[in-house]
Amino acid sequence: MDKMIFLITGSRKGIGYNLSKYYLDKGNIVIGCSRSESDLKHEHYSHYCLDVSDEQQVNNLFMQIRKQFGRLDVLINNAGMASMNHTLLTPLSTVNKLFDTNFVGTFLFSRQAVKLMKKNNFGRIVNFSTVAVPLNLEGEAIYAASKSAIEQFTKIFSKEIASMGITVNSIGPTPIETDLIKAVPKIKIEELLNQQAIKRLGNFNDVINVVDFYISSNSDFISGQTIYLGGVFK
Amino acid sequence: MNVEREEIKEIIFKTLECFFIEYDLSVDMSDGEHTKLFGGDGVLDSLGLVSFVVAVEEAIEDEFNVSLVLADEKAMSRRTSPFGKIKYLIDYVFELINEK
Repeated sequence: MDKMIFLITGSRKGIGYNLSKYYLDKGNIVIGCSRSESDLKHEHYSHYCLDVSDEQQVNNLFMQIRKQFGRLDVLINNAGMASMNHTLLTPLSTVNKLFDTNFVGTFLFSRQAVKLMKKNNFGRIVNFSTVAVPLNLEGEAIYAASKSAIEQFTKIFSKEIASMGITVNSIGPTPIETDLIKAVPKIKIEELLNQQAIKRLGNFNDVINVVDFYISSNSDFISGQTIYLGGVFK
Repeated sequence: MNVEREEIKEIIFKTLECFFIEYDLSVDMSDGEHTKLFGGDGVLDSLGLVSFVVAVEEAIEDEFNVSLVLADEKAMSRRTSPFGKIKYLIDYVFELINEK
């Protein structure tokens, strides 16, 4: 397939923004979404403002995609939020927000995407986990729990959709210089890097490399997997 | 929205007919609306139900320009599943769409 149709959540900044630019530069069509407007301008880019955990808004977006393109090839569930705090100091509202954005968003987009992808008997879904899951980092109990949910979802969902020619996998990035980690103290980042086999921050190319692998047409025998960056493993 | 039950019935039967052709299934529909869809001796297996529900959602979307998710909380918590018989499904879609 030459020109593929991508849907990338959380595309306004950070990893989502860079993934969008990368796949646009490769000649693909990218549909992006985030809570607010994007400054990414490209003839093959369209942006939707929505809350990824709002079912009706998500359904309406997919209705638009079906009308406009009639298909979807790749979904990248990148939208996410983090919160570092001791569990005893975490308000319930933070827990709800994290699970809504990280897990519920991934679920809603995946469910609707498969409905579109199954027609062509082809589709690739890439979810985002984190190294905080295998590293069991203190202060990240809620964040890691929401990402663990994504990993488990990825495994079981892969079985449910395999017969439709669709794969679903996860990537677990290390810290990358994005807004998501800017509030994390330097010492905490250093402690984290020391637990990786390869002790450096990740970069966008590290993420793109894994996403490219997952979405390749040659990767039709790869599903339900999670790859962690930086030499981190369970 | 203000949609007649008869319109929904027509869409569902048409979708079912296309579905059977696409999957090369020969199904006895002599019970009409009372034909069992899923469960027991229903005409659809679980994967067939998934595909059929998606097809109905798309048909509704195309006809009325409205996005419905048929497998919602209400459907799952009903004593009588909307997916048990064609009649129940027609009634359920009719109810959902007129709430929009």
